[in-house]
Amino acid sequence: MSQRIGYYPGCSGAGTSMEYDASTRAVCARLGLALQEVPDWSCCGSTPAHTVDHVLSAALSARNLELAAEAGLETVTTPCPSCLANLRVAGHKMEKEGFRNQVKALLETECASLATVKSTLQVLLEDVGPEAVKAKVVRPLSKLRVACYYGCIMNRPPEVMQFDDPEHPMSMDTLLEACGAEVLPFPLKVECCGAAAGMPRKDIVTELSGRLLDVAAGMGVDAIVTACPLCQMNLDLRQGQVNSARGTSHAIPVFYFTQLMGLAMGLSSSEMGISKLAVDPKPCLEQAGVL
Amino acid sequence: MRIGVFVCHCGSNIAATVDCPSVAQAAKLFPDVVFASDTMYACSEPGQDAIIQAIKEHRLDGVVVASCSPRMHEPTFRRALERAGLNRYMLEMANIREHVSWIGKNKELNTVKATELVRIAAAKLRLNTPLYANQFDVTKRVLVIGGGVAGIQAALDCADAGIQVIMVERDTSIGGKMAKLDKTFPTVDCSSCILGPKMVDVAQHPNITLYAASEVEEISGYVGNFDVKVRRRATYVNWDACTGCGLCMEKCPSKKSYDAFNEGVAPTAAIGISFPQAIPKKASINAEFCMKLQKGKCGVCAKICPTKCIDFEQQDTIVSEKVGAIVAATGYDLFDWTVYNQYGGGRYPDVVTSLQYERMMNASGPTAGHIKRPSDGKEPKRVVFIQCVGSRDKAVDRPYCSGFCCMYTAKQAVLTKDHIPDSDSYVFYMDIRSPGKGYDEFTRRAQEQYGVQYVRGRVSMIYPKGDVLVVRGADTLAGTQVEVEADLVVLAVGIESSKGAPHLAEKLRISYDHYGFFMEAHPKLKPVETNTAGVYLAGCCQGPKDIPTSVGQGSAAAAKVLTLFAKDKLESDPQISRVNQNRCVGCLKCTMTCPFGAVKDVKDRAGNTKAEVVETVCQGCGICTVTCPHGAIQLQHFTDNQILAEVNALCQPEMEF
Repeated sequence: MSQRIGYYPGCSGAGTSMEYDASTRAVCARLGLALQEVPDWSCCGSTPAHTVDHVLSAALSARNLELAAEAGLETVTTPCPSCLANLRVAGHKMEKEGFRNQVKALLETECASLATVKSTLQVLLEDVGPEAVKAKVVRPLSKLRVACYYGCIMNRPPEVMQFDDPEHPMSMDTLLEACGAEVLPFPLKVECCGAAAGMPRKDIVTELSGRLLDVAAGMGVDAIVTACPLCQMNLDLRQGQVNSARGTSHAIPVFYFTQLMGLAMGLSSSEMGISKLAVDPKPCLEQAGVL
Repeated sequence: MRIGVFVCHCGSNIAATVDCPSVAQAAKLFPDVVFASDTMYACSEPGQDAIIQAIKEHRLDGVVVASCSPRMHEPTFRRALERAGLNRYMLEMANIREHVSWIGKNKELNTVKATELVRIAAAKLRLNTPLYANQFDVTKRVLVIGGGVAGIQAALDCADAGIQVIMVERDTSIGGKMAKLDKTFPTVDCSSCILGPKMVDVAQHPNITLYAASEVEEISGYVGNFDVKVRRRATYVNWDACTGCGLCMEKCPSKKSYDAFNEGVAPTAAIGISFPQAIPKKASINAEFCMKLQKGKCGVCAKICPTKCIDFEQQDTIVSEKVGAIVAATGYDLFDWTVYNQYGGGRYPDVVTSLQYERMMNASGPTAGHIKRPSDGKEPKRVVFIQCVGSRDKAVDRPYCSGFCCMYTAKQAVLTKDHIPDSDSYVFYMDIRSPGKGYDEFTRRAQEQYGVQYVRGRVSMIYPKGDVLVVRGADTLAGTQVEVEADLVVLAVGIESSKGAPHLAEKLRISYDHYGFFMEAHPKLKPVETNTAGVYLAGCCQGPKDIPTSVGQGSAAAAKVLTLFAKDKLESDPQISRVNQNRCVGCLKCTMTCPFGAVKDVKDRAGNTKAEVVETVCQGCGICTVTCPHGAIQLQHFTDNQILAEVNALCQPEMEF
């Protein structure tokens, strides 16, 4: 299987979550997905743009989608749920003629064809499939008990995302199971971690992320698996803050799902950027036999 | 012909947007119209008297009434014509309310359209001929479909009046949902104690034939003379011999069968009687779980049965019955709440439905009346009730209110306190809807006397934390988020139409709504009738209802049946197709297109094939008349010439506006 597919790393992939970007590229390559980066891509608008101006926000995303289409890429995938949300919402809103015309005026282009967007999670589940993943696994993650955490926007709103169940998604669970992990039923898999409130209101993040860590720890997990750079940061980098704010002593490593998939497929921990994680993942990975 | 035209104001319903006097004025110029007037309410007593007066004074041969839909008052005006000595079919109605005044605001254009409708009605009336109804016999037996409390009431009322009743019940026992309830609101009396005797009455009544474990297979015929085929499902037990001793269910080695009566709270044996008060009290086998039927091994029940009534070879049988009327009382099903993934979607054992909870509280239920958590069997101390699950929720396509959940939740909260005095109950609600007699007082008592905590707001999520469930919702009165830790969560699931209801509606030729509930003939004035003569409704098949309303409707349906049967002969509708034998060439295209099989082929004296309409089967739809290449078959009251006259009246070349 060799399929050319557009790739949109997003700003965090180029900065705070380089290990997500690197592991995504490596895992896709291993699975025969030829990713082609969208040429000259720019920021999707991230969190601020759509709170200020919907047209401007859509224009930022539309530019990227148009560039992809011009490069002959019908589908673009992005690992970041926030980028995914912006790119998909732009496509969704531009189905309305009036809105599309405003975006066109701003971009001074025709927006004749726009690429469709899927999360990397969706592409791996639907285009590759758990069977193909299983076939590539050389070091199964057996003995590793994980909780899959999707975050609040990966599957929501359902009419825009049109992938998996908005209240009880199973795509990441399925992929991790294909890699041999024991996936525990995590009841808070679509809860909010506090997201960008970490800057202005740290108390909100410590409360919301703390709750996620409490429940996961109560289930006896070895690790939490995420699909969102912001979720990963709140749970991993801020775990110390959460502990001191709530008087807990959690030490749960928080991986990107692509990192664990890569390790299971025999890719090295340096390729997967394991050293970039804040909470020490070594004991857990050694116990799982993938380090 | 001398025609009279009456234009109705319908108060301001029509007159506000149609110039009625000028419509009447214009009508005076139409051919054969000798009298025209406008009137405030044509359907009122003075209105009808004025019509009768004008018929006599102006020697009218026919009447046009321009008013509301003929569905509303055509029978009224037909009766008025008869009182004046005219044939009832010498009436035409122009619908200038639903078709004009209610849908357009431009008075000038409305007046033109109203005048047009009167014009075509008058043109058609000129070709009307008197029609006379035939009479036919009535089979004074009634079919009751569904053995819940509504069906039971309808059946008993009819049977007590001396009518033969055939009751068809899908389950192996009658009793319906009410038999599963522990107590009933607001009196908190034992459900099976008040329903049980009625069930026994059904079994013992000499006028009632009960077919349990049966379904209606086919219905043909018409009011007064329906032919019904009933499929009696194989139960693998000879019910004539079974004494209901229950020995088989004790000895059956397969104990994993789904217990439908107990809502799956605990499994049961593959053979058995669904509950102790079952009527008929006969055993039946759940083939899916029977080792003998699945794998050919076992047969323990057959060996130990004292009356040798087990029959593994039993097949479905079909019985035919003739009835004159049908009462549909097929009840409801519970909404499948597992679509609510935020409430666990069926994954958390300690989240149960209201009906499961009802079985857990019932002394004859699987826990012998002790409330136990399904996960570990412990007695819960904090119970949270969540209302409106699959009710008033557009997201799951159930925007309607199920009506009785507020009450049964209050009842269950009260009973929880009775069962476990040191327990705390919480109810998450949207609004408390308790409009029945003694109902609101009951919900108040739950709060004030039993200390049930009512929290106004929807629950957004339930998640397990250790061995408790965290229920997160909003308190919209306090404007805060709330989290309650619960040992047990009870979902007040809403109702939806019974499975297969639309399928049955098609067999009965009655309408059903988007949600599968059967449609009444008029939401206010004909609540138990349907648009198909001789078919009546009772209970939740028509929409959500509590027990008193279902019983009341059961009795109402019975009253309608008895009214129908009070006549020895019924009149047929003469608005049916007739064949002009001279014109008919015997191509029989009409027999092929008739959806009711009402046209048959006959031979005339010369041996030529001709078509003939079976009067009692013809429904007057008119499909045959458009099929006939020679215009030999004509629908009385709607002949080709009458319809052409209407078209010609509307398309006059000289008409100007």
